[in-house]
Amino acid sequence: MSEAVANAEPEIIFDKDGNPHEVVDFNNDYIGAKLGFWLFLFTEIMIFGALFLVFGFYFIQHQAEFVESSHDLNRLLGGTNTFILLVSALTMGLSLVKLRNGKVNAAKRYIWITIILALVFVTIKYFEWSHEIHLGIYPGSPTLDAMENGTKLFFGMYFTMTGLHGLHILIGVGVMLWVLSLINNGKVNSKEFVVLENTALYWDLVHLVWVFLFPLFYLIY
Amino acid sequence: MSNVKTTFYDKTHTVFGHHENKFLQWIFSIDHKRIAILYGVVMFVFFAIAVMVALVMRLELFSPGQDFIGPDTYNQAFTLHGVIMIFLFIIPGIPATIGNFLLPLQLGARDVSFPRINLLSWWLYILGAVIAVTSLFIGDGFADTGWTFYAPYSIKTGTNVVMALTAAFILGFASILTGINFVATIHRLRAPGMGFFKMPLMVWALYSTSWIQILATPVIGISLIMVMLERTFGIGIFDPTKGGDPVLLEHMFWIYSHPAVYLMILPAFGIASEIVPTFCRKPIFGYHAIAISSAMIAGVGYLVWGHHMYTSGESDTIALIFSALTFFVAVPTGIKFFDWIATMYKASIDFKTPMLWAVGTFVTFIIGGLTGLIVASVGVDVYLHDTYFVVAHFHYAILGGVVFLMFAGFHYWFPKVTGKMYDDTRGKRVFYIIFVGFNMLWFPMFIAGMLGMPRRYFDYLPEFEIYHKIATIGSWIFVVGLIYMVYNLYKGVKEGEPAGPNPWNATTLEWQIPSPPQLENFGTIPYVDFMPYEYKEGEPVHHMDLSVDESKGDSSHE
Repeated sequence: MSEAVANAEPEIIFDKDGNPHEVVDFNNDYIGAKLGFWLFLFTEIMIFGALFLVFGFYFIQHQAEFVESSHDLNRLLGGTNTFILLVSALTMGLSLVKLRNGKVNAAKRYIWITIILALVFVTIKYFEWSHEIHLGIYPGSPTLDAMENGTKLFFGMYFTMTGLHGLHILIGVGVMLWVLSLINNGKVNSKEFVVLENTALYWDLVHLVWVFLFPLFYLIY
Repeated sequence: MSNVKTTFYDKTHTVFGHHENKFLQWIFSIDHKRIAILYGVVMFVFFAIAVMVALVMRLELFSPGQDFIGPDTYNQAFTLHGVIMIFLFIIPGIPATIGNFLLPLQLGARDVSFPRINLLSWWLYILGAVIAVTSLFIGDGFADTGWTFYAPYSIKTGTNVVMALTAAFILGFASILTGINFVATIHRLRAPGMGFFKMPLMVWALYSTSWIQILATPVIGISLIMVMLERTFGIGIFDPTKGGDPVLLEHMFWIYSHPAVYLMILPAFGIASEIVPTFCRKPIFGYHAIAISSAMIAGVGYLVWGHHMYTSGESDTIALIFSALTFFVAVPTGIKFFDWIATMYKASIDFKTPMLWAVGTFVTFIIGGLTGLIVASVGVDVYLHDTYFVVAHFHYAILGGVVFLMFAGFHYWFPKVTGKMYDDTRGKRVFYIIFVGFNMLWFPMFIAGMLGMPRRYFDYLPEFEIYHKIATIGSWIFVVGLIYMVYNLYKGVKEGEPAGPNPWNATTLEWQIPSPPQLENFGTIPYVDFMPYEYKEGEPVHHMDLSVDESKGDSSHE
């Protein structure tokens, strides 16, 4: 965190028997930083978990319409996106491995690949959405309002959940660009890589959410 | 120990470089003690606003018929009162003010784990507050849905619901950041030697609270976003005309908002657990039981949300299960109360102002808690639902429980924060005035509610007039007490005697360092191999002499 104290000697105190104990430096606490980020991931799980709960609630009520609407989605594009995110999770992990091993340029290259894959994902998502919107299927549209309640709810959930997930992808891209600048400044390096590690954790979560979103929306029958 | 020359009022760590301007030094400070005071100041401004709104409502209800404000304004008034009190005052409440100040001090740490995120949380809080206030003045004014934002009305009304929801969402995010910060701090920054069962009980309470903040707040965040999407795009999830289910929103709302009341009360219980042993000069009775019961309340409190919805058409089976679970929450709460009373048993109690507040709260909170069990019983609740009985129960529990203990905490740690002492006699007078005003204000509402007075109405039938008259007069006495308290504390800051490091002769770590503390709190971090509350023959056992090392705590970049 603050550079002035980061490299200082660890603070040592002694108990009554004279045994030394190290005081954790809150400015430079690797475990603390990871713990905090895991707690943040819990909140993300609760957010998406609540949405999955709502999805499940309506799926049970309107199974026929949900299955029918699911067939209107393009499984090929959805499958491609699943594959892209899978590969991007790999490249993200590889960038962390490379950085830990001191291969800074390779690490940066893998982050760039991850960013490109993320952007490809968002582009494909854009075409899927525009296709639906072109057909007049979007929340509040006259076409959709004339359809069955289950269909309305399916697409309401579809746009909400994939939209929120897409937003997370875009935030991830922003975070990766920020990490790249930190690597260029030398603030993230082979010794202090917790920022990249947390970014990788975040990216895994985004990927994991999609692993549940994809079958729920594209593959139900 | 009075050899300390600089305190956190003189020096601070800031973000965005070094600031000459005093004001910038405050609003960009990442010192947990300053952030606590920042939170406290803004929170109390909003508390004052919400109290004034409540006074206007009580004035309208003084006599039947329309006197000062019309029904629509009244709807907006109780929504404004609820939103400010809940989201801007009581949810950040004790953790963000007293908790922020104390947590590192009680753990023997120099700051929280993520000081910058701590400041970010305050800034998000300000952003949310500004959005909420702005929505008062544009368009059709503040939301008129009640603080619960129930669909389908929240989807249909013309008032600024989206802005109120955005504000609540941002405030929730601020609350989550505080929670994450506290859990990480408690896990990582305990002083060497301090195991979990050597932590002060306030820390235990904050720990349970923080977990609720982390795990429950996201659910309401996403629910509020869905209501916003419903209003702006019409996604249909809560709109019955599109097959959506408005009751689902009630479920999701209470999945957060019921744990949220434990989020409010648990740190207040923590304050009581600190005050009682100090003024009884005894180790607290059942330390482990109190510590674990906090976690139990937090855990079981998650599973009781359905008791808000007995009349919303949930099945009888579910209602009975929720009812039984709600009764079960009373067990750990009862454990705490018996432990405090057992601590007071045969003690020579020193009724200083903080202790008076704590004991007074035991009376009012017991009333609030036990009436909670009455409304948790399915059959009775169907009769009492949405009446003044519920309003009175809620205010006995939250105002008479949380806010009273918060006041107790302010009086208890006031000398630590300011280094000065307020007038104790005046402090006691304040307590008695507020206690009388409070009971006059809320107790008649129990009776009015039982006789059928519905909540959220700007008018009433003539037979309820007497209860409303007493309540309104009580509200005036209450406010006089509040003003007197502010005056007393202000006098204390201006003219109070220097308090010294440990005016109450208490045992926890924060009292072993100077008042006010220096930047980064401790000269040398103590080694903690003792329990937080140790007394021998009525005198506290002090294990350490944390004399101040002036070279520490101001070494870095300021």
